[in-house]
Amino acid sequence: MDWFPLWNSLRIAGISSVVVFFLGILAAFYIARAPRILKGVLDVILTMPLVLPPTVVGYLILRVLGPRRVIGAWFLTVFGIKLTMNWWSAIFATIVVTFPLMYRTARGAFESFDETLAYSGQTLGLSNSYIFWHIRMPYCRQGIMAGTVLAFARALGEYGATSMVAGYTPGKTATISTTVYQLWRTNDDALAFKWVMVNMAISAVVLLAVNMLEKNNRKRTAIRGGA
Amino acid sequence: MSLTVKIKKRLGRFALDVDFEAGREVLALLGSSGCGKSMTLKCIAGIERPDEGFINLDGRVLFDSEKHINLSPQKRRVGYLFQQYALFPNMTVYDNIAAGVRKESRAGRDEAVRGMIKNMRLEGLEKNRPAQLSGGQQQRAALARILVNEPELLLLDEPFSALDSYLRWQMELEVADTLRAFSGTSVFVSHDRNEVYRLCDSVCILTNGKSEGKAGVRELFAAPRTLSACLMTGCKNFSRLEKLDDTHVRALDWGAVLEVNGVPEGAKYVGVRAHDLHPGPGKNPLECRVRRRADDMFTDIVMLDTPAGGAGWSALRMEAPSGGLSDMSGGMNVTIHIEPDTIMLLI
Repeated sequence: MDWFPLWNSLRIAGISSVVVFFLGILAAFYIARAPRILKGVLDVILTMPLVLPPTVVGYLILRVLGPRRVIGAWFLTVFGIKLTMNWWSAIFATIVVTFPLMYRTARGAFESFDETLAYSGQTLGLSNSYIFWHIRMPYCRQGIMAGTVLAFARALGEYGATSMVAGYTPGKTATISTTVYQLWRTNDDALAFKWVMVNMAISAVVLLAVNMLEKNNRKRTAIRGGA
Repeated sequence: MSLTVKIKKRLGRFALDVDFEAGREVLALLGSSGCGKSMTLKCIAGIERPDEGFINLDGRVLFDSEKHINLSPQKRRVGYLFQQYALFPNMTVYDNIAAGVRKESRAGRDEAVRGMIKNMRLEGLEKNRPAQLSGGQQQRAALARILVNEPELLLLDEPFSALDSYLRWQMELEVADTLRAFSGTSVFVSHDRNEVYRLCDSVCILTNGKSEGKAGVRELFAAPRTLSACLMTGCKNFSRLEKLDDTHVRALDWGAVLEVNGVPEGAKYVGVRAHDLHPGPGKNPLECRVRRRADDMFTDIVMLDTPAGGAGWSALRMEAPSGGLSDMSGGMNVTIHIEPDTIMLLI
């Protein structure tokens, strides 16, 4: 069995989760405090990929990054790089598709933050960046962690946009999900089933990890609370 | 003067217009909830930006709209005790207090934190998180964090509102010690007149965002000059007045003429405290009808209809220590009297 699709899926999901982690937090932090109308508009735009069919997202990405489109053509002439049909092209797709998950959960967390904690930090002379990383982020840790894990899991299972932007080339752009489809299409039921099991195992591990993290948090507070 | 505040800020239909000065003393901002007390503190601390005016602390300009000066909260050196204390929930007590230390060296920080933990009797709780502390301990930790920061001004926002009544008294005594030991100005925000009377040197009343002139605590409670000040001191009985001559006014809402010791310029209202109404004939007699009696544990309370009626300001509330009014019951006609000394004339 060629394990390339597993490795490829993991690196795509990993890289896009890191990018989405920062992008989502940044967007959530600033939009949580934006004026109401701007907030509403940005919210609709940024959440759109969550409800659009992934093929539509893939289509839109190709409209922008395709070799004959503005940005894609520019990259091709200036750097000689084609932005589509590489393994890393799938990262564009997974970033767009998973961004709303991170953004929305992080925004919810930021909105529940008790702003007086930031104020008291300021009056104590703590810098705004210290307050952000040592007070605001830990306070919102649960929501941000949940968003990151959800984004990672979703990126791992992304099919529609990925297959349009990166295609399916065995050993080059194949991911678990595109491989399963390809194997099923070519009647290789046994191998398809193996990949399905691999995918389910990864998902189970991810979800177990989330549950354990949450339980540890609860236990720690409970023990200290009783002491 | 070590603190001068003269600011205006509009928030929708609410307008804050505060003007006071405070020396090295404990100044209370007293007012009902929603009157702009907390907003005033936030403006002083630099969390909110006033629309116009200036804030000056010991010669340092913290805010001046004309000179475009608006120091960040970090640079103001103002200690702010929040209603719910705002301890950082993810940090231990030690780290919370250490967050307030301005010293650079590690050893200096540790020494400062240890010293403050000892002063505030938080020993043994260093590794606990705020959620594991009692309300009183939380408040001590918050005070420790503020004091170790060496502020030049203390702002206390209803510090006892999060405590139950038993702890309240204990913490009030501790805060009183802290305030006495503090060398700078303190501004204490409250809606509780008793707290203010016990803890503060002077009072500035805030009504719907507007401040009235500062007065000494004892002065204000003994002889409030304005209706809103008198309300805040807990007076229950008011009437509009019509001046008849230098020593007589007609209390319009009570339907009675009262003899008074003198009518100040611009007086519009008359106020009498519930315990200054006495049963039986005497000076300033009023023929009243008992509407009902409702006794507290240690106080008899009688609601009276005046000759002008029993609605709104026309009703009077009379109080006396338990047993003092026990012979009164609903429907009875009684005569009460008011000593001229105890009548407050208000603008």
